[in-house]
Amino acid sequence: MAIIEQKTIPLNGDEAVAYAVKQSDVDVVAAYPITPQTIIVERFSEYVANGEVDTEFVCVESEHSALAASLTASLTGARAFTATASAGLALMHEMVYVTAGCRAPVVMAVTNRALSAPINIHCDHSDVMAERDSGWIQLWAENAQEVYDSIIQAFRIAEHPDLMTPVMVNLDGFFLSHTLENVQVLPDNVVRKFVGIRQYPLVSDTQGKKVPFKLDPDFPLTMGPLDLPDYYFEHKRQQEEAMHIAPKIIKQVHDEYAKLSGRSYGNGFVDAYNVDDAEIVTVCLGSTAGTTKTVVDQLRSKGIKAGVLRVRTLRPLPVEDIMRALENKKAVAVLDRSNSVGGQGGPFFHEIRHVLYGAQSHPPIVDYVYGLGGRDMPPALIQNIYKDLEEIAKTGKVKNLVQFAGVRE
Amino acid sequence: MITIKELTEKPELFTAGHRACAGCGPAIALRQIMKALRGPTIVTEATGCMEVVSTIYPYTAWNVPWVHTAFETAAANASGIEAALKVLKRKKRITHEHVDVIALAGDGGTYDIGIQALSGAAERGHDFLYVLYDNEGYMNTGIQRSGGTPLGASTTTSPAGTVIPGKTQHKKPIADIMVAHDIPYVATASIGYWQDLMAKVRKGLEVEGPAFLHVMAPCPRGWRSDTAKTMEISRLAVETCVFPLWEAVNGEYGLSPISKAIALKPDRKKPVEVYLKMQRRFAHLFQPKFQHIIKEIQDDTDKRWNRLLKKCNIPQVAVSKT
Repeated sequence: MAIIEQKTIPLNGDEAVAYAVKQSDVDVVAAYPITPQTIIVERFSEYVANGEVDTEFVCVESEHSALAASLTASLTGARAFTATASAGLALMHEMVYVTAGCRAPVVMAVTNRALSAPINIHCDHSDVMAERDSGWIQLWAENAQEVYDSIIQAFRIAEHPDLMTPVMVNLDGFFLSHTLENVQVLPDNVVRKFVGIRQYPLVSDTQGKKVPFKLDPDFPLTMGPLDLPDYYFEHKRQQEEAMHIAPKIIKQVHDEYAKLSGRSYGNGFVDAYNVDDAEIVTVCLGSTAGTTKTVVDQLRSKGIKAGVLRVRTLRPLPVEDIMRALENKKAVAVLDRSNSVGGQGGPFFHEIRHVLYGAQSHPPIVDYVYGLGGRDMPPALIQNIYKDLEEIAKTGKVKNLVQFAGVRE
Repeated sequence: MITIKELTEKPELFTAGHRACAGCGPAIALRQIMKALRGPTIVTEATGCMEVVSTIYPYTAWNVPWVHTAFETAAANASGIEAALKVLKRKKRITHEHVDVIALAGDGGTYDIGIQALSGAAERGHDFLYVLYDNEGYMNTGIQRSGGTPLGASTTTSPAGTVIPGKTQHKKPIADIMVAHDIPYVATASIGYWQDLMAKVRKGLEVEGPAFLHVMAPCPRGWRSDTAKTMEISRLAVETCVFPLWEAVNGEYGLSPISKAIALKPDRKKPVEVYLKMQRRFAHLFQPKFQHIIKEIQDDTDKRWNRLLKKCNIPQVAVSKT
């Protein structure tokens, strides 16, 4: 298949979300505004007001209701989307788990922002780290282009009849949400064909008859019932089973989309930049990868074997990819845009360090908590981290397991 | 108005075999509601007694599509379902000409934790019927007080002690709050008067836009009442005007026949004492030191009743004797 001709338009990250949703034949959008996600709902409201989409836009009174309404719309058979950030995601927390447990393929954009207190509207990853264990697939974007591409892919992934698992697409607040980029967009009809019309897996009703999995008066199903100790465990186990087949589907969708658009993101799970022959590597999520890649280029020009591994799917965690990429390195640093207070490093550090425990060899690994509340992560700070890694690689000794980069001590 | 004979021919959409207690008012309410449907219907329900007793996996008492998500979400759920039905019909992806949407919740899920979602859904004007089955407390979790628990009732979080006589606050006027949302239909109903209840369910489904039905449904466990007296107590709530039956169509209040008869012949209005006496949650009020609470309940009942008569443009004939 030849790559489709595309136009390039200026979009910030939030607008890229709204544009992708507009093209994806979404039936119901239920959302509530919160900085820095607001542009998504504003743009989408304009599409509705101008008749550019055939979507029911439910402008709810809270994020809790936003996800509840998206969830039941999805269970009724609609393609459903919502978006939030920070406190909004925290307010949704209960429904984040319920949506995954109900196996409703909702897609949600999370414009990552710090959690209160103190109140702060800028970027960090504290909001979504509280949802790691909820049962959602998590895609993380590096730039507005990837935001656009990932939203479109998310519908295909979530709604796959073998998966039926909600997907959240994370984009860094302000760094991505409010920064204008040139974004290549596919023609409307191409996206529409790519996402297709929602299909419903068949499930057994109480009489053992196979019926479509949706709220349909012709085939009455009871959804979200009381599940006691005799069945709950199996249902939670089924969610884990779905996560095990998710990589196959994520890969398939990513590769099919790459053929269409000419754009791919590493292997779909991790984006390894100069990692193969690297001796020192940083691991990060989101937009920080862009700056870090620039720093890696500078270091390489000086003959320093540096690399950066960006994780694109935090859930399912690409254990093998991360392990293979890191196990033979001389030193590894995790860049954590959130902290697990009292937990020895940030949550992302826990994830990566945990993966390395199963590796053949164990490079020294350290954590740098950075950028909380939108604090900038300039190249100089990243250069210092690589300097530390060179020292660790040379001596094999870790002086500080966890450090805070860019904070006044 | 529907007859008993016609009722027996209607399918049981809320079936036998659920695990509700003997004499459960809400279970009776659901059976009556589900016999009043007019066509294809999707039901969503808040966490609560009726959700718990009717859907213990792998069993279900529901012969209609039914969904539960959380405690505070009945109205938000209905919003999502209604929005989905609208757009799927427009896109010709469903074949039904119309599907009714009913949200069910108890008093905890309505007066307290669910009122934000309910208010939002009413303001947005979704076409659905919200049914509050009011058993005046968090019965499922062990009889705790809610915003719907009446003055003087003893619950596990408003226990009648030696100093404090049960709940010290009044019941929130939830149905009036919903009338204030300027929605097309609000009504109160009692399982003691099933024909009235079913007629109101039907009206609530027929109006375009949000409808709210407040159903009084006694809980023998929580009210400490005789399981055989659920219907009698339900009727007494109406006959004492503790829970008058009325409806507000497009904001215009009108008394329903049972309560209208009392309004026109005030000597039919029974003192609240006869209602309170049948429920041991009020037993402590009959001690001399707490008897003033009974008077307070009577005064409050009279005040609300007179206010209602005014709204219904019925001249106040007399106040009840205490």
